[in-house]
Amino acid sequence: MSIGIEHFLTVGAILFAIGLMVALSKRNAVGVLMGVELMLNAVNLTLLAFSRFSVSERPITGQTFVVFVLTVAAAEAAVALALAVSVYRNRETVDVDQINLLKS
Amino acid sequence: MTTSFLATDNWWDLRDLSNLSGAILDALDKIAPQGVVYVAAPIIGFIGAFALFTLLSQLFIGVLGERKIIGRIQSRYGPNRVGPYGVLQPIADVLKLLTKEALTPSTADRLIMYSAPVVFVMPAILVWAVIPFGPNMIIADIPISLVYYLAVTSIPVLVTFMAGWSQDNKYSLFGSMRVVAMAISYEVPLVVSLLAIVVLTETLSLKEMVLWQDTYNIWLLLVQPLVLIIFFICASAELNRTPTDIAEAESEIVAGYLTEYSGMKWGLFYGMDIGYALAASAFAATVFFGGWTLFGLEEWVPPWIIFILKVWAFYFLFIWTRGTLPRLRIDQLMAFSWKYMLPIALVNLLVVCTERILWTDAFDGDKPFVYLFAIVNIALAIALVVGWARFVGYRPERTPSRPRLVREAGGYIPVSSVSGEGR
Amino acid sequence: MEGFGVTVAFWILAAFTLVAAAGVMVARNLLHAVLFLVLTFLGIAGFFVLLSAEFLAMAQVIIYVGAIAVLILFAILLTPRSGRQNSETRFALPATLLAICLAAVFIFVIFDADWSEVEEDPSLAASELGEALVSTWVVPFEIASVLLTAALVGAIMLVRSPEEEAEDALA
Repeated sequence: MSIGIEHFLTVGAILFAIGLMVALSKRNAVGVLMGVELMLNAVNLTLLAFSRFSVSERPITGQTFVVFVLTVAAAEAAVALALAVSVYRNRETVDVDQINLLKS
Repeated sequence: MTTSFLATDNWWDLRDLSNLSGAILDALDKIAPQGVVYVAAPIIGFIGAFALFTLLSQLFIGVLGERKIIGRIQSRYGPNRVGPYGVLQPIADVLKLLTKEALTPSTADRLIMYSAPVVFVMPAILVWAVIPFGPNMIIADIPISLVYYLAVTSIPVLVTFMAGWSQDNKYSLFGSMRVVAMAISYEVPLVVSLLAIVVLTETLSLKEMVLWQDTYNIWLLLVQPLVLIIFFICASAELNRTPTDIAEAESEIVAGYLTEYSGMKWGLFYGMDIGYALAASAFAATVFFGGWTLFGLEEWVPPWIIFILKVWAFYFLFIWTRGTLPRLRIDQLMAFSWKYMLPIALVNLLVVCTERILWTDAFDGDKPFVYLFAIVNIALAIALVVGWARFVGYRPERTPSRPRLVREAGGYIPVSSVSGEGR
Repeated sequence: MEGFGVTVAFWILAAFTLVAAAGVMVARNLLHAVLFLVLTFLGIAGFFVLLSAEFLAMAQVIIYVGAIAVLILFAILLTPRSGRQNSETRFALPATLLAICLAAVFIFVIFDADWSEVEEDPSLAASELGEALVSTWVVPFEIASVLLTAALVGAIMLVRSPEEEAEDALA
């Protein structure tokens, strides 16, 4: 059987759904970040699948987009983890259910 | 491109080992079903590059040669009891490690602790896939082999971290965190300095770099001496070799991330340490020392023999610094990487980019200008290293700032006034 | 993409990546979940190679496995032991249902759309990526470097303890 674009997009979609599941349901803040990273990886995979299979006059654009998503994901992981450590220092917990000071 | 004109295409011509492997694969293609050749080719490459070359080099050059040479540097004989001149020492070591009792702490994470040595071996094997032993003797001739090398050597960092926290031991965790902090901060000057090589040779492929050195008849170590220095120091740091081996600093943190490992698990870590050092030596031999070329000698001598001798020569440099230099402190190491190596690497990159633009635009890519650039770069390297050390250097008579606990306790009264106090 | 090797590689990588991603969800220990995440990253790198973007595959391994996974492990080690059970909040069931519905919608759209596919592999070299980044896309490239500097400085500032700030304060 030949591998077409649908195969890669399906893997990307399922990975995105799993990442969403992890991000919405984990109790630890770092666990939520892991879900976000999974979602970003799924997005990268989808972008590259489109870059490889779509008809375009500048096929390198998909790969440049992935470079930027990779960069932003790295920066965001660093800041999110710094936030998690900082929240732990102030609130003694990284449980997302207990960081609810703004709740009425 | 000067491939050996004396080497023929016969399968028994050992000057070009790809004839032999090509003949085996052709025979397999006729006998076996469709996809088996794809599986057999990496296995042949694995046997050739890893099992025959790396394993034997690890055992005899890495274990025995290193201990004997370090012994001689320290005015003593190395191992010389087991067999004539200690030649059977590595075999004795392997037998000892295989039969040793492998203790595991009861609260350790079993799965991670057992799988960490196995995962540690994988990159050491994978990296040999892109090292060119000769004109056609690369297992995987990909156009981005430099980035592949960087990617594969960034995996052991994670593995040492895994090994460290799985042991449920404070000292292992300290050791592995220090190792990881050091490794990631030495990766940055390494990559920035290798960028200069990429700018100069216009290619990311190791084979093309060897061919570049062959075309211009000059080794990249002469054109970019600063990159060789930075690569050597950064590679020593990544490989946890003295003077940067805070990982196994027995006097400080027991044995770092190797504390609870014993028997063959420790043996795998130790052996692959040497394996990674050989891989870094092979990388340096390819990029800086001309790979399998030796100004035309490769048409008479088999190129893979030239390459292997260069790998061993560079590995001797690693052994030499290990025997000679004392260990550095962790804060000295961090300062060295970020404050000295990274700026020098960036200045070097700037200079190389300028030279490259001048070369292509003003001089139209003439060959002799590479020699001019080589002279300029050597002078610049000496000037930068000496100048940076003199003007930005670490003055040993400057004491470090006061530690925090002391400040909270209200200060300390020195026993005798030492020279050069104050910051 | 035709070929026996491509098919085998795709199915093995797909199974590996999805099982590793599921492992992130169901692992009982947070550190094990991070290791499953690392396996997912490696699987995605394999997919990148399959899609003829080898430079991005290596960049993915260097950045994600070499740096981000280490960062996540450090952050886990700096946070308390009690949070390391990788347990779920009370939104676990709605989140699962939402994820399943989302995946269903995506898969329906994927198989229902009429994708126009290229005939042959564009197979772009890494040098083309470099040229694109400094010629057509130079403004996002420079903004990305500013973003990384801002993230670097911000992360360091966030994690400083008050004593370290007092040490470096002026006067």
